Amino acid sequence: MIRTEELLLNVGPQHPSTHGVFRIVVKLDGEVITEATPVMGYLHRGTEKLAENLNFTQIIPYTDRMDYVSAMTNNYVLCHAVEKMMGLEIPERAEFMRLIVMEMQRVASHLVWWGTYLLDIGAISPFLYAFSDRERILGMFNELCGARLTYNYMRVGGVKWDAPEGWIEKVKTFVKDMHYRLDEYHNLVSGNEIFLSRIKGIGKYDAKTAIDYGLSGANLRCTGVQWDLRKAEPYSLYDRFEFDVPVGKNGDCFDRYELRMEEIVQSLRILEQALEQFPGDGETMGKVPRVIRPPAGEIYVRIESPRGEIGCHIVSKGKAEPYRLKFRRPSFVNLQILPKLLVGESMTNLVTILGGIDIVLGEVDC
Amino acid sequence: MSEENNREQGDAPVPDPKSEPVAEPQAELPAVEQPQAETPIANIPAAEQQQAEQPVAETPPPARRVETDEEKAARRKASLEAREAAKAAAAQAAGLAAQAGTEGRAVAKASGDSDGEGGGEEAPPREPSPNQPRLDRVAAILRELVSEDAVEEAYINEPNDHLPTLVVKNEFWLKSAELFRNHEELSCSYLRNVSGVDYETHMEVVYYPLNMDTRHCYCLKVRTSRDQPTVSSVTPIWETANWNEREIYDLLGIDFPGHPDLRRIMMPDDWVGHPLRKDYVPLDPEV
Repeated sequence: MIRTEELLLNVGPQHPSTHGVFRIVVKLDGEVITEATPVMGYLHRGTEKLAENLNFTQIIPYTDRMDYVSAMTNNYVLCHAVEKMMGLEIPERAEFMRLIVMEMQRVASHLVWWGTYLLDIGAISPFLYAFSDRERILGMFNELCGARLTYNYMRVGGVKWDAPEGWIEKVKTFVKDMHYRLDEYHNLVSGNEIFLSRIKGIGKYDAKTAIDYGLSGANLRCTGVQWDLRKAEPYSLYDRFEFDVPVGKNGDCFDRYELRMEEIVQSLRILEQALEQFPGDGETMGKVPRVIRPPAGEIYVRIESPRGEIGCHIVSKGKAEPYRLKFRRPSFVNLQILPKLLVGESMTNLVTILGGIDIVLGEVDC
Repeated sequence: MSEENNREQGDAPVPDPKSEPVAEPQAELPAVEQPQAETPIANIPAAEQQQAEQPVAETPPPARRVETDEEKAARRKASLEAREAAKAAAAQAAGLAAQAGTEGRAVAKASGDSDGEGGGEEAPPREPSPNQPRLDRVAAILRELVSEDAVEEAYINEPNDHLPTLVVKNEFWLKSAELFRNHEELSCSYLRNVSGVDYETHMEVVYYPLNMDTRHCYCLKVRTSRDQPTVSSVTPIWETANWNEREIYDLLGIDFPGHPDLRRIMMPDDWVGHPLRKDYVPLDPEV
């Protein structure tokens, strides 16, 4: 008789495949996971508490550090919320700049995901491809605002810096190149037999479950739910551009992979149109009072970040600091489904499923 | 006030004959701007006499009057425009209300939203919001199916895209939440966000349920005392509330009876206190 017993295995918090400092304790029966308990908070900095003692302009750098792979969208959600509360008008050129950097950021974020996801699964070279292209975007951001990751670029009322000479042309060239690069990516990975057998049919769930768990972004759309806030509840200038919202149908890791690749194409499409329509001149800052004091009240504003619905709930008492500031972080909400997906899966699929959700720990822990 | 009004009214219909006689005294008098403002008074000679007396002695007061008149005119223009905008908005609201009952609800709401974002509807604050019928309907449903006094407050949050906001009484919260999830007219299957707020006098948990088909979103608030903050958990209704409620419990100390696994999620398990409370005292203020 062979004696068997349950094995309690601790994964993380210091493990590259957890994309940060995420820890999960799994109970194993042989190689099959019977229970999974995520443990979070290793990167909790109390952003919401800190914000209560800062004025709104000072909070913007803190949003950079939440989802540090997609800092531009985080900047935007805070500024957008305050602007809406105050009823500010944003100059068109500023709004165009915002939209362009947000879509570039979406491409960059998906590239990071693509590279690291394949690294998780065991392919090393895609990571290098993805990061070299992402580097071009970061280089352009660097030129724009002097930072590669934590931009602190947007302000309530507009953007801090105008596009430097020749910058728009640079982005145009990048967008053109990126189409070819994407073809290359697909040639390199998308048809690979080993890759497909690792992700097809893994981590499956249906639309009802996805909605019940409040998933958003590609995690929701992979089940066939057409829900992209850029289309469903348009903000910024998104209603001016033509683009599609790709949806999957199986709700597995492969669909999520395909969706994110397709979303890059759609972002490039938006970028092409936005760069074409970019106003030749104009202000980059609207008329804003010297001290930003939103009127007393409450607002919940949401936008589509690369990871899903990022929301900002502000309670203001008419002071320069928010009375309460709460961020609805897509990574945090999306991650909830992980324990459910893992039960009954083989241990080898843990990293595949976790990577497929696309989390950023700075945002999970906030 | 009445004089100024008369002047304004007199100003508009007959501008030409007045400006001509004034042009001549202007050439004589060094004070150029003041006479123009005074001319609207009915009998011109009297006005001219006044001007002849005044300019040297009382230069500042007329100057001030000139300003106020201009401002008045500007204000009048602005108010006229606002009234026109109000009319347009009212017409739009009526259209929206008419549409609200039909299949085109989602479309109507979307257009209302985009208008609200543009700031176009902010001019007439007293106009009924396009979402007012929806708010009334929801409040009626809650009163009918949950309890007569389930709704403490119901209002429209105008800056937030006219979001229908309801404050639900704590003891009826679980039933109301179920209704929001399952009632065929509401069927908010998606819970966008859950926040907790410490108002120092009381605690509040704010929910944002959403119906993805009609794109109708609501804001539901549940109030609770600060000493023993308790709000029924909605995790059995919306699974997504699970970690959100854990986070609120962790950071604000609100208890959620009915939650399957209410533990701290951000702070270490042995942490003392709830950091997002307004009266929270850090263990070591230097940190």
